[in-house]
Amino acid sequence: MNNWFMLTLVGNDRPGIVAHISAALYDAGCNLGEASMMRLGGNFTIMLMVKYEGKAKALGDVIEPVADSMGLHYHVDHIKAHLHQHLLPDVRITVYGADRSGIVAKVSGALTEAGLHILDLESDVAGSEDKPIYIMHIEGHASEGIEALRSALEIVATEGVEVSLSPIETMMG
Amino acid sequence: MAVLPLLIYPDERLKQVAIPVVQFDGTLQAFIKDLEETMSAGPGGVGIAAPQVGQFQRIAIVDVSGARRPVPNNGRLLLINPKILAEEGEVKGREGCMSVPDYTGNVIRAERIRLKAQDDQGQWREYQCEGFEARAVLHEIDHLDGLLFLDRLVSRRNDLFRRKNYQSTDKPA
Ligand SMILES: [Zn+2]
Repeated sequence: MNNWFMLTLVGNDRPGIVAHISAALYDAGCNLGEASMMRLGGNFTIMLMVKYEGKAKALGDVIEPVADSMGLHYHVDHIKAHLHQHLLPDVRITVYGADRSGIVAKVSGALTEAGLHILDLESDVAGSEDKPIYIMHIEGHASEGIEALRSALEIVATEGVEVSLSPIETMMG
Repeated sequence: MAVLPLLIYPDERLKQVAIPVVQFDGTLQAFIKDLEETMSAGPGGVGIAAPQVGQFQRIAIVDVSGARRPVPNNGRLLLINPKILAEEGEVKGREGCMSVPDYTGNVIRAERIRLKAQDDQGQWREYQCEGFEARAVLHEIDHLDGLLFLDRLVSRRNDLFRRKNYQSTDKPA
């Protein structure tokens, strides 16, 4: 029986969110798996693997009081998931430039076409209100080799976006 | 010859500081053969330290000559009682460890090192290493001091503009 759930929580950021949520889950007998938690635009966002010997509805009942008290929206999905199945990234790509609509679509489209499997993507808007800059950092697996990605990016880079690509060599020792 | 069983973290013995080798004899040479075989048996392993197989002596082997992407190297390095003489530069790279399955992370290491170590006859030799090989050597010497790459992890976030020529006192933005 697979008892993993993906718990999503979003709400205005304030101190104590992680502590309160994780305490409620612990008290209900949950185990936590892989997670991504971060502040995005003044919100705090959580995507968290939770192992729970019950139904999604019951897990929702565990979360609801604490989510309400912290002003968070939550969502629970029963998922097919396993731990210990990390894929090793072999390439890192960074993209930055003046913020323009369509950067992500253009870059990720070109990379997907050239065989990139994105494993991790972080992006940010920095700079100032009137002159925002966009910064994106991708790690992934180049299924058709790194040269294919390089060629794909050359085309994107001619459009005023700075792009760099470097192989990730994992030293195993 | 034999492939030796690896200690796997959270085995506390991996945190033990290894003692210097004083006896350069047949027992040592036989152990080195086994250690090397154990390294080769691990997928993609380019280095191994004696504490990883429960032998708490200052012995490590590094061989990056067969790395997936060719890198400058000294061939097979047998490092007994190694001592770092000089370190230069800083570079971030991805590491994994045969004693820490299913996890890789970024670690900052010196870009170039000079070291001395004894060979299996007790002769002191001096080596210069750079890049990937320097990383492997430093990772293995850490094992001799009871340190894992987990002790040196740096965040994957917010490091876009961090470059190897930055001073170590610089904080990521
Ligand atoms: Zn290791």
